[in-house]
Amino acid sequence: MENRVIEEIKRLIPDPKRVMTDISDLYSYSYDASFGTYLPDIVVQPKSTEEIVRLVQLANQEKFPIYPRGQATGLSGGSLPVKGGLVLDLSKMNQTLIIDPDNLVAIVSPGVLTADIHKAAEQYGLMYPPDPSSSNVSTIGGNLAENSGGPKGLKYGVTKDYVIGLEVVTPEGKVIRTGGKTVKNVTGYDLTKLIVGSEGTLGIITEAILRLIPKPPATETAMVIFDDIVDSGRAISKILTSGILPSKLELMDQASIQAVEDYEPVGLPRDAEAILLVEVDGHPLAAKDEIEKVKAICIGLGAREVKIATTKEEREELWRARKLVSPAIVKIKPTKISEDATVPRSKIPEMFKRLKEIKEKYQLHLVIFGHAGDGNLHPNIITNKLDKEEMKRVEKAVEEIFRATIELGGTLSGEHGIGTMKAPFMEMELGEVGLVMMKRIKEAWDPNNILNPGKIFPEPGQKLVLSE
Amino acid sequence: MIPLTELQKELRYDLTNACVQCGYCLPVCPTYMTMERETQSPRGRINLVKMVAEGRIENISQIMEPLELCVGCRACETACPTGVQYGKIHEAAKNALAKHKKYSPTVKMIRNVLFKKVFPKQKVMVSLGNLIWLYQKSGLQKVLQKTQILDRFPNHLGEFERTLPPLPSIKERKMVGKHILPEQKPKLKVAFFQGCVMEGIYQRINRYTIELLKLAGVEVIIPKKQTCCGALHAHSGEHNQAIELAKQNIDVFSQLDVDYIVNNAGGCGAALVEYDHLLENDPDYKEKAKVFVSKVRDISQILVEAGNLPLQYPINETVTYQRSCHMTNVQKVKDEPLQLIQSIPGLKLVEMERPNMCCGSGGIYNLIHYEESMKILSLKMDTVIDTHATTIITTNPGCLIQMQKGILNEGLKGKVRAVHLVELLAESAGIE
Ligand SMILES: Cc1cc2nc3c(=O)[nH]c(=O)nc-3n(C[C@H](O)[C@H](O)[C@H](O)COP(=O)(O)OP(=O)(O)OC[C@H]3O[C@@H](n4cnc5c(N)ncnc54)[C@H](O)[C@@H]3O)c2cc1C
Ligand code: SF4
Ligand code: SF4
Repeated sequence: MENRVIEEIKRLIPDPKRVMTDISDLYSYSYDASFGTYLPDIVVQPKSTEEIVRLVQLANQEKFPIYPRGQATGLSGGSLPVKGGLVLDLSKMNQTLIIDPDNLVAIVSPGVLTADIHKAAEQYGLMYPPDPSSSNVSTIGGNLAENSGGPKGLKYGVTKDYVIGLEVVTPEGKVIRTGGKTVKNVTGYDLTKLIVGSEGTLGIITEAILRLIPKPPATETAMVIFDDIVDSGRAISKILTSGILPSKLELMDQASIQAVEDYEPVGLPRDAEAILLVEVDGHPLAAKDEIEKVKAICIGLGAREVKIATTKEEREELWRARKLVSPAIVKIKPTKISEDATVPRSKIPEMFKRLKEIKEKYQLHLVIFGHAGDGNLHPNIITNKLDKEEMKRVEKAVEEIFRATIELGGTLSGEHGIGTMKAPFMEMELGEVGLVMMKRIKEAWDPNNILNPGKIFPEPGQKLVLSE
Repeated sequence: MIPLTELQKELRYDLTNACVQCGYCLPVCPTYMTMERETQSPRGRINLVKMVAEGRIENISQIMEPLELCVGCRACETACPTGVQYGKIHEAAKNALAKHKKYSPTVKMIRNVLFKKVFPKQKVMVSLGNLIWLYQKSGLQKVLQKTQILDRFPNHLGEFERTLPPLPSIKERKMVGKHILPEQKPKLKVAFFQGCVMEGIYQRINRYTIELLKLAGVEVIIPKKQTCCGALHAHSGEHNQAIELAKQNIDVFSQLDVDYIVNNAGGCGAALVEYDHLLENDPDYKEKAKVFVSKVRDISQILVEAGNLPLQYPINETVTYQRSCHMTNVQKVKDEPLQLIQSIPGLKLVEMERPNMCCGSGGIYNLIHYEESMKILSLKMDTVIDTHATTIITTNPGCLIQMQKGILNEGLKGKVRAVHLVELLAESAGIE
């Protein structure tokens, strides 16, 4: 970027604290929770929609890319400034968090942390259900742009199911409002849903109206231990077809159980092939009844043991095992490649089988734990990115996981997005025409290719590269 | 230039690679809260060290500022789901900086005086304490405070002068014995680590500590040749000095046949429990350090273990507890202070929001980075004020000075007091 342009940006944002060009600052905005280091030319922390409008207009005039960024917890490379230019750090644009209990909505700025929305809603006895595990760190802007999900997605859906209105700065620097405060709205194309999940390529979200629901008064939790992982897969299907919709249904395989026990023994059976954690919520009596039904189903399908928590502390203790999986598995090797390929629920047992084959074929440490209830398995490859030879095998294994997923009628990404990491596989899922139609939307919205270039759409010949 | 692999070893590049850049540490980092940029966050700092180790950033002094501006509270370690050893990475980077980078004359002067002349020498600290006592008694304090001469001291030393407690007289200071036996048959036998700030400025707290131990039926030995814990040296890149101090303490305390080595300063305790890390490459001291570390305890742990403190005088006040970061995040002592606080009759404990957040004292951080430290303190004081407490309890001298400064800053002098937990226990036990 030319000095002249940098000076112009500094003139537009007259607060020197919010415009960064020092080398230490540029390197601090060169990464996210995925892979790769890309140096931007400048980092700006806008505080208002007007400031963003001015920056985007300048970008169109001077033709430099803008990379919107929340708190860079993205797992697909969405915020990486792969072509340099300007990183727009929206995490400090967090001035508005209003709960409107009469309309059951929240009005939020993009930089507000997801967990803060949870807390604010709870004060009114309400709930904002989307709960990515990263919600203490991630911004709502990032959640909207990635259409993030979480354990509760099974019963309550994902981010897109709770957005009813947006304020957006378009790639050409105009402000539009989509949707509104009403739950029903069919006026014209649904631009709200188009922007949600667009990964910062179609617009910069500057405000959102979110739908809230009453917080269920009671929850019940059970831990179910299986000797055979395939039985656990059948139990998942049976629970879901028996008229019960759990609020969470999570799975840990034997590798995760053993890793947790090595890391911090919490008394899990090392010889079990799978553990299911099931949570139901609703009216206290209904919740009690449902968790007992879950128990009966699992026992009927060969579960070794079912523990039902009776107090809040016991409930937390059961979930602790699941929370320990992430720290435990990186003790084996430091690098974690976390995929979120998702298959139709009936294909879960088949997917387990495919993953096992891939693991053996490439001799990798592959661990499965995740939101089993919605088919959003999280196969994690535990490796060491400094081991170049192994990383080559990992690249091949990842590609094969994607292929298996699509063959089973699934999708590349259930919640983490495409970004840079999965762009090379887009055509495999969408087909040539599908991808072209998407690209036409991008070109119509962003004729100068200003917003987040290098994402979602593969560059000619682009391959997955995990070694730098 | 040193070859890259050497530099990578020096910077603990191996440890930086354990960071998966998930950002879970961001919300707990006080400097990320106040300075509002990734560069001043744990994830940012770890990445910068990595960038230097990989040779992408060629000049190490380009990352000096973010490393210097870290308070060293280690809250990031507690939040980290993958157990990244930030403390080690930070210390290694500061060592490398101290080696490869030149400091400005003022900073160099402060570092020299503090690290070489003041902290390792208990005598100097004690006579500093004596001088302060004389100065407070002679009325000089009032005169100087009025003329605001102290405020013009370099780097705000003067700002903190007003927070100093009235010191016990020289005679009173000498009253404490070297081997104290309780009245009944001792339940435990401990050696007391005095700490140089504690013995120099907060000597009264040390005396209360010993009296409480005595009341609880604990036999106490105070070895004479003990020295500074070396915490400030280790955190400031003075690695070799930290090692020397550690060895001296290990030598002194290893000779004693005691159950525990007790201290009452969260920061010192944290340094003591990490002597095994500090000396892990020293074949002569490695094992001795492990034994030493296994005996180190905070005063609150001993008082809970010994039990039966006669806390008979109620303290009818609302209190709040400002945790010492080093006690919480490094020593991992969390429950015992709370148990003791709750055992004081009459008192009502109201916890502040984010009780684990650092107060910004950070060893000598508040002297060297005064402005940044005050911003963190201001966030802390907001949460203190919300509790309506009239007493703030701490467990570390650095936090105590900082909280007293906070009380001054907020104009709460006379309305709110800050005390060490030991002082409050002594008050309730009726120790004069
Ligand atoms: C440990 C861990 C656990 C996770 N768990 C989950 C999980 O359970 N479920 C899940 O779905 N995800 C999960 N994630 C992924 C990640 O947290 C989410 O994708 C999250 O939404 C990213 O938010 P962010 O603020 O960090 O955004 P960033 O990573 O900074 O950005 C993500 C994308 O959003 C764009 N963007 C950000 N703000 C805006 C804006 N205001 N307007 C337009 N575009 C914008 C960026 O350009 C980028 O493309 C996890 C990540 C980690 C590290
Ligand atoms: S030690 Fe404290 S100040 Fe330093 S990076 Fe960690 S959390 Fe931040
Ligand atoms: S929480 Fe740990 S792994 Fe995550 S960014 Fe911070 S230091 Fe790295």
